Amino acid sequence: MSVKIYVPQDSGALSLGAERVAKAIAAEAQKRSLEIKLVRNGSRGMFWLEPLVEVHTAQGRIAYGPVQARDVADLFEAGFLEGKPHALALGPTEQIPFLAKQERLTFARVGITDPISLDDYAAQGGWQGLKQAATLAPAAIVKEVTDSGLRGRGGAAFPTGIKWNTVLGAQAGQKYIVCNADEGDSGTFSDRMLMEGDPYCLIEGMAIAGLAVGATQGYIYVRSEYPHAFKTLNATIAKARDAGWLGPDVAGSGKAFELEARLGAGAYICGEETALLESLEGKRGVVRAKPPLPALKGLFGQPTVVNNVMTLASVPIILAKGAAFYRDYGQGRSLGTLPFQLAGNLKHAGLVEKAFGLTLRELLYDYGGGSASGRPLRAVQVGGPLGAYVPEADFDTPLDYEAFAAKGAMVGHGGVVAFDDTVDMAAQARYAMEFCAAESCGKCTPCRIGSTRGVEVIDRIIDGTERTKNVELLKSLCDTMLAGSLCAHGGMTPYPVLSALNHFPSDFGV
Amino acid sequence: MDLAALQTIINAHRALPGAMLPTLHAIQDEMGYIPEQAVSLIASALNVSRAEVHGVISFYHHFRTAPPGRRVVEVCRAESCQAKGGRALEAHVKAQLGVDWHQTTNDGAFTLEPVYCLGNCACSPSLRIGDDVHGRVSSETFDALISEARVEA
Repeated sequence: MSVKIYVPQDSGALSLGAERVAKAIAAEAQKRSLEIKLVRNGSRGMFWLEPLVEVHTAQGRIAYGPVQARDVADLFEAGFLEGKPHALALGPTEQIPFLAKQERLTFARVGITDPISLDDYAAQGGWQGLKQAATLAPAAIVKEVTDSGLRGRGGAAFPTGIKWNTVLGAQAGQKYIVCNADEGDSGTFSDRMLMEGDPYCLIEGMAIAGLAVGATQGYIYVRSEYPHAFKTLNATIAKARDAGWLGPDVAGSGKAFELEARLGAGAYICGEETALLESLEGKRGVVRAKPPLPALKGLFGQPTVVNNVMTLASVPIILAKGAAFYRDYGQGRSLGTLPFQLAGNLKHAGLVEKAFGLTLRELLYDYGGGSASGRPLRAVQVGGPLGAYVPEADFDTPLDYEAFAAKGAMVGHGGVVAFDDTVDMAAQARYAMEFCAAESCGKCTPCRIGSTRGVEVIDRIIDGTERTKNVELLKSLCDTMLAGSLCAHGGMTPYPVLSALNHFPSDFGV
Repeated sequence: MDLAALQTIINAHRALPGAMLPTLHAIQDEMGYIPEQAVSLIASALNVSRAEVHGVISFYHHFRTAPPGRRVVEVCRAESCQAKGGRALEAHVKAQLGVDWHQTTNDGAFTLEPVYCLGNCACSPSLRIGDDVHGRVSSETFDALISEARVEA
């Protein structure tokens, strides 16, 4: 009998040498005339252990990592095919504390299955939500999503069910489902991991959305920095269609839903939903004024659901297990789970899916293991480049949309970037303005001009030129950007800038 | 410039809804950049003005209007990489290649580009050489990667 060995094909694992490890394992097995079955799974999300190799044994899956190609002969010698001890052995994968303590709903299959295999997907609970949806009236599907309390996972946290209901109620010959997979925020990678590691989950969520609102065409807008995700989606969309989960008769519902993946072109602003729609239409990614809402006039002027990858990938389990099951996780108005992403200067960076409500400190220390450098953590940016820098004093804030908003910060997409005490917060504030200028679409003045003036004003503060006056000017500029920008790009750049200034004034010489 | 090849690519995509980006991607994948001659061909196929085509090409960082070096080196400049020594890595890469952002080395081997996040933030700092992303890159590993790539380029 051949032994199953798992070597991730996730981009993160590949960036650390997983391809060479997979080749070395295949070559070594052949050399020893051993029969193995090499499965290229997604990542378990424990990136400090990548490339993480797993072997299927009588005791379940046993992990070894981080494995380099040069370790492979030695692993065979030690008997890793039987799960025997080795310096790199980590024991049963599911018992590694980082993983064991998580509540994986959206990420239930990532790292476990072969992402391309329809059989694996079905065997691990896949398509149950879509099958259920196919038996329900559109309004009943929307109600289930509304009752689950699911809010947009892209950052804005708008209630998904309400958005869907608007599209359901709109009268039009053609409606669309658009998936925002333009995951451009630094510190976020959960969309990428899911698209590479469990693409059918996103496909299922989009098909359910199609049935719910009466849309027959879907697009996944993937950033061009994610070539592996794009390739995996194209392969799996074709297989799902052949199997009847997409196409003219979705899951036997008698309704059609077609899906296509499209590639972005390196513009951060296209993560903003109206800029994304412009880009899909083949134009410059320039933000549209709202109203009209995309739910009423979206892609090609038609009613359109625009949801983030995590939002749509959370829908299958809601339909499969019911709104109440999902709603039981989380607290207050932040219900369900969020796949948090630990990045930056942390010892154990990776993916942590937990119910809302744990504190930032738990995430940073219980999961992240503190700083990678061994120095004290000083500032943590939560929610991407437009998110505030949180100082140590606020680490005990629970991760909950409202609790973070009350602190002038945001949970956003759940990206957490940690900095140790070597960070210069004035440089971080300057970078926020510089990034805003580089990626501004140019439509509105506060963002287009304000960001460039912002860099100049911060430079003067750092130089010590009329510091008090320029600090006041920077605050006033941030106020203009916050109140006067068309979208979150200019409107939220003041968050990292002002949080850096307010919490770390000494870095600005104030 | 092979105008017939350009026209073939354009014809293969023109019927798609929102055909502009897929067309430009296909041209750049095939030719390495978007040649000047493509602008009027695309404009006429998609029934838009040349200014609109030019506007789209110039808006997106990914599209280039001149051939790059044999390998493009993209170094991530975003926050997660900054937190793990990304700024020092940027300086090292510029010094080693002897070029600034958007420039190509004298031997035509490498073009250096900034990138704002490769989605590899749990393995910072990251950079990409050609199609391959590399994580936890130090000055030493960069030197090894680049000499390997120089042989292949």
